[in-house]
Amino acid sequence: MSEQPGATAVDGAVEGAAEEAEDAAETAQQQARQDGLTAEFGGDTPMMLDCGVALGPFTLAYQTYGRLNADKSNAILVCHALTGDQFLAGTHPVTGKPGWWSQIVGPGLALDTERFFVICVNVLGGCMGTTGPKSANPATGEAWALDFPVITIADMVRAQKLLIDRLGIDKLFCVTGGSMGGMQVLQWAASYPEKVFAAVPIATAARHTAQNIAFHEVGRQAIMADLDWCGGRYIAEGRNPDRGLAVARMTAHITYLSEPALHRKFGRRLQDRRGLTFGFDADFQVESYLRHQGASFVQRFDANSYLYITRAMDYFDLAQESGGQLAQAFRDTPVRFCVISFSSDWLFPTSENRDVVHALNAVAADVSFVEIESDAGHDAFLLDEPEFRGTLAGFLNGCAEHRGLSFP
Amino acid sequence: MSPLDTSAARSAAPLRSDLALIARMVDRGARVLDIGCSDGALLDHLIREREVVGRGIELSQRNVNACVARGLSVIQGDADTDLVEYPARAFDYAILSLTLQATRDPRRVLEQMVRIARHAIVSFPNFGHWQVRLHLTLRGRMPVTDSLPEAWYETPNIHFCTIRDFIALCEACGLEIEETLVLRNDRPQKGLLGSIWGGPLANLLGEKAIFRLRKD
Repeated sequence: MSEQPGATAVDGAVEGAAEEAEDAAETAQQQARQDGLTAEFGGDTPMMLDCGVALGPFTLAYQTYGRLNADKSNAILVCHALTGDQFLAGTHPVTGKPGWWSQIVGPGLALDTERFFVICVNVLGGCMGTTGPKSANPATGEAWALDFPVITIADMVRAQKLLIDRLGIDKLFCVTGGSMGGMQVLQWAASYPEKVFAAVPIATAARHTAQNIAFHEVGRQAIMADLDWCGGRYIAEGRNPDRGLAVARMTAHITYLSEPALHRKFGRRLQDRRGLTFGFDADFQVESYLRHQGASFVQRFDANSYLYITRAMDYFDLAQESGGQLAQAFRDTPVRFCVISFSSDWLFPTSENRDVVHALNAVAADVSFVEIESDAGHDAFLLDEPEFRGTLAGFLNGCAEHRGLSFP
Repeated sequence: MSPLDTSAARSAAPLRSDLALIARMVDRGARVLDIGCSDGALLDHLIREREVVGRGIELSQRNVNACVARGLSVIQGDADTDLVEYPARAFDYAILSLTLQATRDPRRVLEQMVRIARHAIVSFPNFGHWQVRLHLTLRGRMPVTDSLPEAWYETPNIHFCTIRDFIALCEACGLEIEETLVLRNDRPQKGLLGSIWGGPLANLLGEKAIFRLRKD
């Protein structure tokens, strides 16, 4: 969810980046479409969303890595997190930085692109080429803004399923992802158990907790309190709620880390100065770092997309769909699960992940559960954690062997 | 670990002899839950050699991670608290090898095992073995032997029993004893000595025992 570590901290960048950000955000969607793959859906038959609105036509932007084998059995769908996108590996076309899972996806890595065909789709409601609030509403020709229907995790998965069908893949070898990506993994396994051989939900939960909803609400309020948000119509008004979006990002970013990680990275160290300035500049490195996180985020992310996607996470409660019993969502599931959590993650703590394991045990599902020791907090799933990589690779190997997978 | 060296990661080291004896009690293709599966050696053997559908529960997170990395379906969990989650008859065999004495509530664990599986296979060190008795009698100290190497204050084994104690518990729980093996030097004893019907003698000479149980 965060930028790659080691980003230089910039003082006062939030203000300076405003116009730049607008242009960058403007071209981001266009660029993503140029640099990636897209597919159109819902032209003839619109897709019915959970909110009751029929959406169509819409675009899904996606990326693939590796090659699909002859019987199309080696496909792995990676579901991205809240502010992630389809650019897993290689250089990101908008930020110029490595893809968010370049530690995991690539030749010889845990998701070995010499063996697997890896697909990642920008989620519905996103802003990296897939249809979202930033896209043009066919009815008006203007950006959807808040007229865009509220989408859910299940809607995102429904849309991905259309793409998987279009690619001619009958059964995914694996669906994996962290955080909101993990929610999609659980939704895939619950909605289409016969279409998924293995599922690896990482650092996730079967429902968004009150605390998580609370943090999201702070982020949304920050965006909506920005006068440049214009009731959501900032694109039509030629403005962008950079300050609000940056604050939302800064708040969220704290939840992705841990106190030990913040202490290790920054402590109380000062930012390029000998002493306190007795003012409100970013005296501390941690302040400067957060400002930088906010400033760089607004260059690649759409504020309304942030509202919609956080809402989708808040609404997620897989048990509720199954009469209040999470286990019922997985009854008779043939899917092989591997649930992975990180010890210092307090946003999606081990206990939440373990609840998923308990539910799977209750239906005697095939489940592995691993907690990885790490002080990096929720963001650990994005970092180079050797034990995490080893577990993921080992589980996939075991599954590949079990499935008798042939490689291209 | 490179994702490609699957075979190296699963080298077929010879199975510990008491585990090999347990493996022989398991039907081919059965559904097996190995409770306290440690590094997954027995589970791996059962999956490869007896084509079982195998799962494991293990207390140590380090062991769990190693098991999953070698492709086994294992969760971190506790025999005392986590067996209640499983539905009745989810497995054909629930295996508890040399772990019963480390549980907080052995009776409850045993009852859970025969609930979730058609058969329970339990092995344990026999506290009635002559060396243990001699140690206590002559030295007046808690026994430290080859098969029970930890001192009383650091041992995870908090509920020792003898073979006769265990049989009494099975009777109290209404369990049917289907098969027994009494081990000396990790080899099953033949004839009367190897049978619980050898009574006091088996209880004196056996270092470990393996029981296959069921409850209708």
